[in-house]
Amino acid sequence: MDFSYSEVQQMLQSQVQKFVRERYDFETRNALVASEKGYSEEFWKLFAELGWLAVPFTEEEGGLGGSAIDLMVMMEEFGKANLVEPYTANAVLAGTAVAQLAEGPGKQDLVNSIMAGERQLALAYLEPQSRYNPFNVETLAVAEGDIVKINGSKTGVLGGAVADQFIVIAREFGETRDRNGLSAFLVDAEAEGVIRRNYPTVDGKRAAELEFANLRIATNARLGIAGEAATGLQLAVDKATVSACAEAVGALEVLLQKTVEYTKTRKQFGTAIATFQALQHRMADMFIECQLARSIVIMAAMALDSQEGEKEKTRAVSAAKSRLGKAIKVIGQEAIQIHGGIGMTNELDVGHLFKRVTALDLQFGDGEYHTERYASL
Amino acid sequence: MNADFTAEELAFKEEVRTFLKNEFPADLKAKVDASVRLGKEEMVRWQKILYEKGWAAPTWPVEHGGTGWTHTQCHIFATEMGLFGAPEPIPFGIKMVAPVIMAYGTEEQKQRFLPDILASNVWWCQGYSEPNAGSDLASLKTSAERQGDHYIVNGSKTWNTLGQYADWIFCLVRTDNTVKKQEGISFLLIDMKSPGITIKPIELIDGFAEVNEIFFDEVRVPVENLIGEENKGWTYAKVLLTHERTSIAGVPRSKRRLKALRKLAAATDDGLGEFMSENPSFNKRIAEVEIELQALEYSELRTLAALNVGKAPGPESSILKIVGTVLAQRIDELFLELAGYNALPYVPEQFEAGFDGMPLGPGTTASTALTYFNNRKQSIYGGSNEVQRNIICKAVLGL
Ligand SMILES: Cc1cc2nc3c(=O)[nH]c(=O)nc-3n(C[C@H](O)[C@H](O)[C@H](O)COP(=O)(O)OP(=O)(O)OC[C@H]3O[C@@H](n4cnc5c(N)ncnc54)[C@H](O)[C@@H]3O)c2cc1C
Repeated sequence: MDFSYSEVQQMLQSQVQKFVRERYDFETRNALVASEKGYSEEFWKLFAELGWLAVPFTEEEGGLGGSAIDLMVMMEEFGKANLVEPYTANAVLAGTAVAQLAEGPGKQDLVNSIMAGERQLALAYLEPQSRYNPFNVETLAVAEGDIVKINGSKTGVLGGAVADQFIVIAREFGETRDRNGLSAFLVDAEAEGVIRRNYPTVDGKRAAELEFANLRIATNARLGIAGEAATGLQLAVDKATVSACAEAVGALEVLLQKTVEYTKTRKQFGTAIATFQALQHRMADMFIECQLARSIVIMAAMALDSQEGEKEKTRAVSAAKSRLGKAIKVIGQEAIQIHGGIGMTNELDVGHLFKRVTALDLQFGDGEYHTERYASL
Repeated sequence: MNADFTAEELAFKEEVRTFLKNEFPADLKAKVDASVRLGKEEMVRWQKILYEKGWAAPTWPVEHGGTGWTHTQCHIFATEMGLFGAPEPIPFGIKMVAPVIMAYGTEEQKQRFLPDILASNVWWCQGYSEPNAGSDLASLKTSAERQGDHYIVNGSKTWNTLGQYADWIFCLVRTDNTVKKQEGISFLLIDMKSPGITIKPIELIDGFAEVNEIFFDEVRVPVENLIGEENKGWTYAKVLLTHERTSIAGVPRSKRRLKALRKLAAATDDGLGEFMSENPSFNKRIAEVEIELQALEYSELRTLAALNVGKAPGPESSILKIVGTVLAQRIDELFLELAGYNALPYVPEQFEAGFDGMPLGPGTTASTALTYFNNRKQSIYGGSNEVQRNIICKAVLGL
């Protein structure tokens, strides 16, 4: 048994740490949030050059191995910096969907363009009625000769506001919640019949709602076999979920660390508020939450990297996301509370981290949803 | 033992209900139902309606324009307001500064300030906290130095809620540095238009600049704006803190929100073919809050009963504050859980008049995350929940 990072993982970690330290401070992030695109294209290119965009892909795909532990190591650092670049949405969620579902030379082109940072992809799978169930799909794809007609709507498309292309999950047959019958299609964001509504999210990122009104695409825009996208989709969502959990672990750790630091400097009643045992114990609890969160995310990442079956993997992912939901509430809320008034403002990074972890809790299913999914598996 | 209302009280309740149904403006009702903040004009419009009816300040003595209602009637009124979703008037004038003026002000001060407070002609804000005096309020440093018939005020106040709208601010200021910190504080009323005052908005995590920092640079305040005696301000402020605590628990508001939550759950897909209202574990979480709320409501009623027989509210108000705020925050969490992805869009302009884009997120879920963020303040201000626990430890448990 060994929980230490490999040399390669340590290198990746220190590389990201160096980037964050030198180029990604709070002001930089704020400026990016306020910018037109909402992220830095320059940094995105840099991520490609440094190989970070290749982390989620296997060696056969030309990537760095696709290990979820590697991904975890990197996402934790991104989480600490509250990075706004759409890494999970693009490289992990859409990237894994492509890697799992696409076939033939088209697949490699797509993977290559993601790894090279040339293309922003977003996975459009959730719908207004689907809540967190990826198989609850009403968007219909009807093949007519060598054309497929798509009608329906998608919601909560992470990274959707800046995507050049979408991977759209649509139903070719079966009932609304069937696993069978789902296909994935590559759709140009600017295609006629795609109505996109972009919006900023409460955590400073960008997303979109989509509507397809008689969208017509060629049948060869389908990734993989008709009606068999469910398993690949599930894996993509699970991997993105672990990515989100790892990001949250990083952010939570900073929330704890900033809170502890603050209580040592903030004086009331003639003493640092850190000396009040009422607050000390609560910070001890935050620490415990951080440790448990970290442990269970390692467990889930290991499960994804293992030879276990789909069900075991999905269970481990749900366990992690469920536990993270709890940690996010405790640590996020306590960080604000213990900071007092200043924690309520947009002036400190604490408030922004709180918002980010809150959003991470809701993405890919909140803690309560995953507890139920875990119980049902 | 009974918790019944008399026939007269029940009739009164009907009267309040009818009034609210007929008089609370529909546009404001729509905003409240969608958890959207009301602006200054909207608040003042509503407060003036209450004023016309004679109900702007139920707890004031009749001679100043109060209602002469019993404690129970005041409670019924506050309850019906909360259940209906009609906001209470901004507290700073009616609930905070006015009682101090009534108790310790001169006749002239009463004539000068109270009518405009009652009629909502003047917007007040509260200037207690300072950057370095939060929980330890008595360590405040903003100074007022007497020069002839003026005080010269220097320093800064912070976290002034809606100070951007304020015409006047009531402040605790230091008038004596040489004595115990509580004994050198005075209660001063300051015109916000005075030269030397600057105000800097502070943006909260929901993106709205709800609070402000206010700087005083050689601000000249006439001595007739001092309330009561110099250096007695701390005592006055403390008396005020134990006053007006009856509606602090926010029970009716929480009840109304739970009702809205259930309604929303019945319209929210669970993704598995049912609605969230059929999800047993979600229902259990709602039930837990509802039960807690009942325990809180009866604690509040017990406090009220004590008031009715002339007992001053003591540290019970700390219970009401802690539990009331925690429950309100718990309800925010349940709304957030229900909204899921629909809570993510941040499009604050969709709540403003004149917005002609498409609203994002179905109806009431659009402001859910912002409400969750903003309400974290409830356990921080008005004496943080930690400070309230300290009060219980000291005043009740003798620790
Ligand atoms: C949205 C908002 C609106 C406000 N509006 C107003 C207003 O209109 N006017 C006004 O004057 N003020 C206002 N306040 C200020 C509010 O009253 C203070 O924020 C509050 O008193 C806490 O002070 P602080 O923020 O300086 O936190 P601190 O006092 O620094 O406290 C930080 C943390 O330490 C804890 N703590 C402090 N002392 C102890 C102790 N002895 N034991 C255990 N824990 C302790 C606190 O509970 C808190 O968790 C507002 C605040 C907010 C957030």
